[in-house]
Amino acid sequence: MNIVNFKPNKDNLKSTLPIGIFLISIGLIDIILNSLLNFNLTSFLPEKISFIAPLIFGAIGLYLIRIEFSGNKLLDKINKNFNSSSFNAILTLLVIFALIKYVPPLLNWFIFDADFIGNKKEDCTSGGACWVFVKVWFNRFVYGMYPDAEQWRINSAFIMLFLLVGASFFVPSKYKKYLLIFLVFVYPIIGLKLISGGDFGLKYVETGAWGGLSLTFIVSAFALILCFPIGMLLALGRRSNLPAIRYSSIGFIELWRGVPLITVLFMSAVMFPMFLPDGTYVDKLIRVLIAITLFEAAYMAEVIRGGLQALPKGQYEAAKSLGMGYWRMHFLIVLPQALKLVIPGIANTFLALVKDTPLIFVVGLLELAGMVNLAKTNPKWLGMAMEGYVFAGLVFWVICYAMSRYSQNLERKLSTERQ
Amino acid sequence: MTKIIELKNVNKWFDKFQALKDVSLEVNQQEKIVICGPSGSGKSTLIRCINRLEEHQDGQIIVDGNEISENTKDIEKIRAEVGMVFQQFNLFPHLSILDNCTLAPIWVKKMPKKQAEEIAMQNLERVQIADQAKKFPGQLSGGQQQRSAIARALCMEPKIMLFDEPTSALDPEMIKEVLDSMVDLAKGGMTMIVVTHEMGFAKEVADNMIFMDEGKIVEKAKTKEFFDNPKSDRTKLFLSQIL
Repeated sequence: MNIVNFKPNKDNLKSTLPIGIFLISIGLIDIILNSLLNFNLTSFLPEKISFIAPLIFGAIGLYLIRIEFSGNKLLDKINKNFNSSSFNAILTLLVIFALIKYVPPLLNWFIFDADFIGNKKEDCTSGGACWVFVKVWFNRFVYGMYPDAEQWRINSAFIMLFLLVGASFFVPSKYKKYLLIFLVFVYPIIGLKLISGGDFGLKYVETGAWGGLSLTFIVSAFALILCFPIGMLLALGRRSNLPAIRYSSIGFIELWRGVPLITVLFMSAVMFPMFLPDGTYVDKLIRVLIAITLFEAAYMAEVIRGGLQALPKGQYEAAKSLGMGYWRMHFLIVLPQALKLVIPGIANTFLALVKDTPLIFVVGLLELAGMVNLAKTNPKWLGMAMEGYVFAGLVFWVICYAMSRYSQNLERKLSTERQ
Repeated sequence: MTKIIELKNVNKWFDKFQALKDVSLEVNQQEKIVICGPSGSGKSTLIRCINRLEEHQDGQIIVDGNEISENTKDIEKIRAEVGMVFQQFNLFPHLSILDNCTLAPIWVKKMPKKQAEEIAMQNLERVQIADQAKKFPGQLSGGQQQRSAIARALCMEPKIMLFDEPTSALDPEMIKEVLDSMVDLAKGGMTMIVVTHEMGFAKEVADNMIFMDEGKIVEKAKTKEFFDNPKSDRTKLFLSQIL
């Protein structure tokens, strides 16, 4: 047998396949023993060769089982997806090795070695993550400095929101628009009044005490709802035929896009009050909300403009030829199509907005990440930064992933193309 | 016969290029006019000026007694009376065929939804696609889309219909179904101005033929005379090439 021209194929499958699988298994066993039990199977080899031994065994093994049209469905599938060439085979091995080496320690830290029971730092003894920290501070992470006795107000505001949104899926379409109007124009006032209090026998809670995840939601929700229509008008304005409207839209968009959000927030906190007449006072949170809204509206405007530009001219002409004026043409024909086109871009902007909310710490408002920051500097809980940030990261990820899924869902639902 | 469209010495420029040169034209009620000519001769520009999808810079265009000018309210009123069918159909892809047809009557003419739907179904019946009413434009063939577009224009109950090369973007076997709908419309007494290269259709339907070249109306004649005995050499050359 000519060893140079030897190639695994269907005829020698009976011998190459077992040898290949054997070699791959040796490689895997070696790496498992090495990383989990600290035992080096190939210690008899020189150190450098011993280090890459699993890779060599694995690569030779994968070469031996790379048989085209072997007739075995599983083998064909593996070859097609993980083992189509020597380069891909090595990539596959490296990924598997990395998973074996790094996933178990991570899981240990997260779950198996982690502490869940107790209520102070000293209860964390096992060396893994100290979730006691998150447990003890959970209330603060969600409600900030909001007084414990009044937290039912935040809860009921959010429950009301969920009920309203849930109801909008079930009510007949005739009443849907009233519900929507209520949700956008009336509910925010009720919700804010409920949380801030001051009337109707509710104790006044100043916005400085708001915080945590609930503040993340409040800021995000307001900015999301408000930046959308403003962005839409700016996008239309930038394409307007009237120079005054066009240039002021361009100016506004370029001004806000050109400034970092953190600067905008500083300005809203420090500079803005200077322009107000003495004695007038605009709440810190409201200033921040306006700043974020206008900032994101500028981005939203450009996203929507992208959709407007993608629409064929024929759509405008058809709408005009039916006697529609500017507003009817845009609200009935142009915007529904343009917005559908840019759902991914809109989702992008919304996600960025949610993740920008932690920046409001610069004006002293502490949402989720801000509260974590505060908690980790508490003398009783020093050294808990990792747990806190992992927790905050996970929460943000869940929120953003849910939004992303929703946007994909919406795209599918609105698609009228031939499937 | 009463005049419904009147063009007096209309001139139009795209930057330096003059697309229409001193075009004058009168169209009577129920008259069918077919405009032909080589590409770039200003045929489309001419009919697009009639509902001001293009602005003319000089001359007068009077539609149903209203002069077309800067005033947008008047233009919207005129556009509601003048139906237009485009080469590329330009149906609204986010709406079903029925909604395509009812949208403008409901929002522009303030018609109750029920009545708008009745009219829409009548017109879809007329172009023989009533069974497709619930589908979206993307699910129909080119010929069906163009017939839907005709129905959509008819739902505004226009006094005049403009056709801008309605069959140029269609596969050959679909041209006939669209032309059949247009012939049917013509027999119903609609005032029509049609830009097309379909000379068979022109012979069957048109009262008058117009031949345009380089932004000018070269020849306007009764249909029979236009084909049997064209006066200008340019027209003869054109006809010899396309017939």
